Amino acid sequence: MDLFGSFTLLLAFLCSLYAIGGGIAGIWTRHPLLIKSARNAGFAICALVWLSISSLAYLFVTDNFAIAYVADHSNRTLPLFFKIAAIWSGQEGSLLFWSFILSLYVFSVLFTYRGKHPELMPYVNVVLAGVQAFFLMISVFVVNPFNVLGQPGAAGAMDFVARADGRGLNPLLQYFEMVIHPPMLYAGYTGFAIPFAFALAALLGRYPGEKWIHLTRRWTMIAWCFQTLGVMLGMHWAYVVLGWGGYWGWDPVENASMLPWLTGTAFLHSVMMQEKRGMMRVWNVWLVFITFLLTIFGTTMTRTGLVNSVHAFAQSPVEPWFYGFIGVAFVVCFAAYWRNRDYLRSDNRLDSLASRESSFLFNNLILLVSCVAVLSGTLFPVLSRWLQGKEISVGAPFFNKVNIPIGLFLLFLTGVGPLLAWRKTSPASLRRNFGWPALLSLLAGIVGVALGLRNFYVIVCLILCVFVTLTILLEFYRGARVISARTSSNIFSSVVQLTMRNTRRYGGYVVHFGIVLIFAGFSGAAFNQDKQMDMPVGAQMEIGPYKLVHQTFDSTPSTNYTSERATIAVDHDGRQTIMLYPERRFYPSNEESGTLVAVYSTLKEDLYVVYAGRSPESGVPVIHVYLNPLVKWVWLGGMVVVWGTILALVPSRQPALALARSAEAVSAPPSPSPAHLPIERRESHD
Amino acid sequence: MQVKAKFGVGVGIIVVSLSALAWMGARESKTYYHTIAELSSLDASELRQRIRVGGDVEAGSIQRMAGRVDFVIKAEGRTLPVSYVGRDLLPDTFRDGAQCLVEGRAMPDGRFVAEQVQAKCASKYEAAPGQDSTYSPQPGSDANGRS
Repeated sequence: MDLFGSFTLLLAFLCSLYAIGGGIAGIWTRHPLLIKSARNAGFAICALVWLSISSLAYLFVTDNFAIAYVADHSNRTLPLFFKIAAIWSGQEGSLLFWSFILSLYVFSVLFTYRGKHPELMPYVNVVLAGVQAFFLMISVFVVNPFNVLGQPGAAGAMDFVARADGRGLNPLLQYFEMVIHPPMLYAGYTGFAIPFAFALAALLGRYPGEKWIHLTRRWTMIAWCFQTLGVMLGMHWAYVVLGWGGYWGWDPVENASMLPWLTGTAFLHSVMMQEKRGMMRVWNVWLVFITFLLTIFGTTMTRTGLVNSVHAFAQSPVEPWFYGFIGVAFVVCFAAYWRNRDYLRSDNRLDSLASRESSFLFNNLILLVSCVAVLSGTLFPVLSRWLQGKEISVGAPFFNKVNIPIGLFLLFLTGVGPLLAWRKTSPASLRRNFGWPALLSLLAGIVGVALGLRNFYVIVCLILCVFVTLTILLEFYRGARVISARTSSNIFSSVVQLTMRNTRRYGGYVVHFGIVLIFAGFSGAAFNQDKQMDMPVGAQMEIGPYKLVHQTFDSTPSTNYTSERATIAVDHDGRQTIMLYPERRFYPSNEESGTLVAVYSTLKEDLYVVYAGRSPESGVPVIHVYLNPLVKWVWLGGMVVVWGTILALVPSRQPALALARSAEAVSAPPSPSPAHLPIERRESHD
Repeated sequence: MQVKAKFGVGVGIIVVSLSALAWMGARESKTYYHTIAELSSLDASELRQRIRVGGDVEAGSIQRMAGRVDFVIKAEGRTLPVSYVGRDLLPDTFRDGAQCLVEGRAMPDGRFVAEQVQAKCASKYEAAPGQDSTYSPQPGSDANGRS
């Protein structure tokens, strides 16, 4: 099976070379058969990658410890579910997994647009094959997951015994979130290859108009949705597994996952400028280029030892290849841009500061500044080594100082931006759209201060959360009222109708509301408390309104690990509330241990209990308790964001009522040029 | 033109104020990475900075006392006595021979007072994913051999 796997991998690599070579020749000679064969090679790559990863899965499921990668990341006692997950738990497998996820996208794209866009697709195929060729090359030649275990290691017999059973999966990875977090994040990372390929293809082929943006909007949103989900799952995993009481520590690899998310978010917004107003063409092309390069860079950071991190692996043979690829990709992008830059001229200029355009510009600017800040903070040790010869790192205060104001400003734009008109907004419309929300949110701020809020950022966050929520509600209410007046249906079914008529717009509002919830959750972090105590059985601890009693302590062996577990009874304001079981597991196969945090989570706060181990002096269990307000809102907000994105992906239903007015819109095909139509409708709405 | 100017002012204010915040944040949380050998050659002002040092825990040097853990780390043949005074329990991976990274301040008497300790078990470190030469000793990290 390992031979089959590495053979299909090699074949896939050869097919990708053909898809590039044949594709370029096809574009050059315009020979239809050549173009078709290059496209079919594109399909073949995907099928071969699927075969290859299936054989790796087979090797894991059948416990084939003759294969180095399997022996290193699995063992016999591991549950089947984790054996499958072990495929992407190490470098070799995760790079193959990258190719696999990418091939799913590539296949969907090639299949969806087969026989369409004959001017554009050959280029797209070549670009995608180029990206695939790189990852396949690494998998085939540099870190092949199918390598058979070689001679016994330097340490001799002990190692050999360990390998008869496999070293086992890192316990930190043996959690459901960790099983689905990498696939989600990879689906986000690789997904941005699609808009990238279309942008580069449109530029290289000088494909007219904004077609590539219409074609890739959904793909970008899918990638963005996965990226969001991946980042959120990573946060949740860090929260419940690492046991330090927080969900974001500005670790280099966390940052790496956030960078393309920032530029991807900027891209999702700024393409609207191009769609509606023909502006920002150069900017958009570069944004998508940079987003793609950042996804590769993110993979590099995770896979190499560029920056010290809890996730990053040590020195790795793939490092130079990744830099090479980033360099080549950048040169190709720049050359394509330079040769065809005249084709990217803007149709329009900025008319007013109080306009949708300007809100998008600020949104983009601020996201980019955040991206630059996070990137430079992450690379600070590397940069300072180059510039000063000293290695200096910066910690959380640096990232927080810059990103908290940025986040709040973005939150403000989230409320304001969507309600500003294109070109110029009249003062009357400003008053109508923002008067009540502004007034009520300021009132909420005053109430907050009266109730004892003193942290400046928390107060601002509160005001903005209320403000944005109200503007969103107002939008839904106004639209629904019009529909309910015309159709005499009740307001709730009108909200549904309204949303389904313009899913993109109202789905967007739902996403924005999710962001509000996330920010509300973030602001809770300003009030975190924690307490650590040696707690023998019978001991008590009080934190906030909670009283914890350590009732029993047990230690039990299991097939895969031995665990130590405390049983803690929790009282809330004197009422018996819940029993919590913080636990630690020790995995003998690789001599590592994992924490199982026990969390009692309510909308108001999380009671987060960690069994930190035994005190070195007395052997008494040490319990560390955190009281983290509003954390649940972050996860809820994440779900709302994903839900809103899915809503925005659903095609809009044509409104039955507006038929008379926009008859031509119905007769025209829905996706291409009547992009101007929704604006007219929207402007009349404002 | 006027719109452009206004926009430019807005952009300027944002970029300048964020850079100022970034500078402040960096100054507050800067940590200097030094090797043990470098520590002895630093001048007084450099020694006052927040410092991070890496090395392997010397076998048998770990002494656990109330509220503090003393141990010795060594790298490139030099040793450094460390007192860990942080509140969190040391990770399980912290034991004889583990690679560790300590963060804190250097004292005038040559002792290093650490507020944070990160540790990777030496044997596990070598088996960490990402090294295709998994079973051959890794240059630099195999000073202690396998545990």
